[in-house]
Amino acid sequence: MPEGFISNLYVFLLAGFLGFEVIRRVSPLLHTPLMSLTNALDAIVVVAAIIIAARPGTTLSEILGAIAVAAAFSNMVGGFLITDRMLRMFKLSGRKKP
Amino acid sequence: MNITGMDLTTVQYLTDFSYIVAIAFFILSLKWLSSPATARRGVLVGEIGAALAVVTTFFNPELVHFQWVLIALLVGAIVGIPLGLVQMTAVPQRTAMSHAFGALAAALIGITEYYLRIPNITKFEMVEIAMEVIIGSLSFTGSLIAAGKLQEWLPQRPIVYKGQNYVSFTVLGAAVLAALILVFSPTTPFLFPAMVVISLLFGVMLVTPIGGADMPTVIALLNSYVGLTAALLGFVLNSKVLVVAGALDGSSGFILAVVMCKAMNRSFTNVLFGAFGQLQVSAKAVQEERTVHTATPEEAAAILASANTVLVVPGYGMAVAQAQHKVREMLDVLTKKGVDVKFGIHPVAGRMPGHMNVLLAEADVPYDKLIEMDAANSEMPQTDVALVIGANDVTNPAAKTDQGSPIYGMPIIEVDNARTVMVIKRSLNPGFAGIDNPLYYIDKTMMLFGDAKAFVSSIVKELTGGGE
Repeated sequence: MPEGFISNLYVFLLAGFLGFEVIRRVSPLLHTPLMSLTNALDAIVVVAAIIIAARPGTTLSEILGAIAVAAAFSNMVGGFLITDRMLRMFKLSGRKKP
Repeated sequence: MNITGMDLTTVQYLTDFSYIVAIAFFILSLKWLSSPATARRGVLVGEIGAALAVVTTFFNPELVHFQWVLIALLVGAIVGIPLGLVQMTAVPQRTAMSHAFGALAAALIGITEYYLRIPNITKFEMVEIAMEVIIGSLSFTGSLIAAGKLQEWLPQRPIVYKGQNYVSFTVLGAAVLAALILVFSPTTPFLFPAMVVISLLFGVMLVTPIGGADMPTVIALLNSYVGLTAALLGFVLNSKVLVVAGALDGSSGFILAVVMCKAMNRSFTNVLFGAFGQLQVSAKAVQEERTVHTATPEEAAAILASANTVLVVPGYGMAVAQAQHKVREMLDVLTKKGVDVKFGIHPVAGRMPGHMNVLLAEADVPYDKLIEMDAANSEMPQTDVALVIGANDVTNPAAKTDQGSPIYGMPIIEVDNARTVMVIKRSLNPGFAGIDNPLYYIDKTMMLFGDAKAFVSSIVKELTGGGE
């Protein structure tokens, strides 16, 4: 068994339960921004892609790593951007836009 | 890049520490998303966490060449910024595209790890990598197909053929078999790329038979697969930040998928393999002529203006007709006339979870005017007019009364309990699922035939013209 497997399993379990409890409380009103925000957070795989692409490896690992960096980073940038845009649109009555 | 002159252990500690801070920020980010009042703060901490993690990664002394990374980051930004600026009507396909990108990134890293580790890969590592690559690859093509359907580059209707589920499962079985052989013999020639290709193919076969109306569930399920892929990648790379981010994304997608399924009274299996709405289409051809009441924009405007309470029930048709801005104008005029207007939102209205809410928010409808299905139903008996715009199945009373109906048992917005019902619709043709809607034939229903945007705009014209 690889190093860290059991501790990763603990982390996965706890994060799964925590995520369930936190996300359960998100109002259905915000389910679309929720999905785009979790996409942006999930794009943290970009750090793994950066390491693969910039570490001495094979040509294949550098190319695939670089594609992964671009794909994940576009999610990170686009995901945060659109989530914020959507949330800015949610207003209460009586507060007209400037 | 060892620009700081720190030794490897110190850098490692700093990186780990920054990742822990990033994880804490991610969790806060989701917690603050629970209310519209704090949600934007949530996005900000999420951004700070992500930026911190990305920047500290660059201090890793193992990293030697950055030219491709920097170009890739630039490309990512060039692709990502327009994807962050799309119209709200295009958000479902944008979301499906971002699932595809997320799955692609994770799958590519898994594939790379395989080639870097063979021939000295352990059985355990091989199991992890194979699972990660299979789920990542199928989520990639599945999300692409979903995006194609939502963009209407591919037909929205379910595409089915006889014995489809057997064929699909055989393909998935082949991918799993390839993975099993790889566990015992990781360097079998061509087997790993074959496994990837088969998984890509399975993703296509998984989503192609699913129709447009089921997209909310499918998008949520794909979201949860992408999260699972990232978490598995965390196991492969022994990276806890990936395990946590993947678990959060995965549980979010899973919760949304469960909410969507409940709102349609269907199971995951039924959504994925049921090819909803395929068989009923032929049955509806034979039906006797029934009378419907129709009304003109003038009549509709007069009734709306004299009502005390109006409940608007929007659906995907409103998005297709781009009618949301006109609907907001109608809201403004009616509010000025003292009519209490609210919007009843069915969880599966539209093409993704929460789709109607962002569309109406984009049109400047205040979110305190948007109420959920249960609240809408409890207010319904006191509602003078229920105005259905581009929604069909989510208001179909057959779901409550007709045991033979394919949507029997699905919770609906019970507009038939309002005093008057108005339905804006192009024609009497059944909706996507091809299910007849008895709502249109009851006495208190008035059909307003026409394009949703044009009709609402005529109503607004009548209301402003006639009110002077």
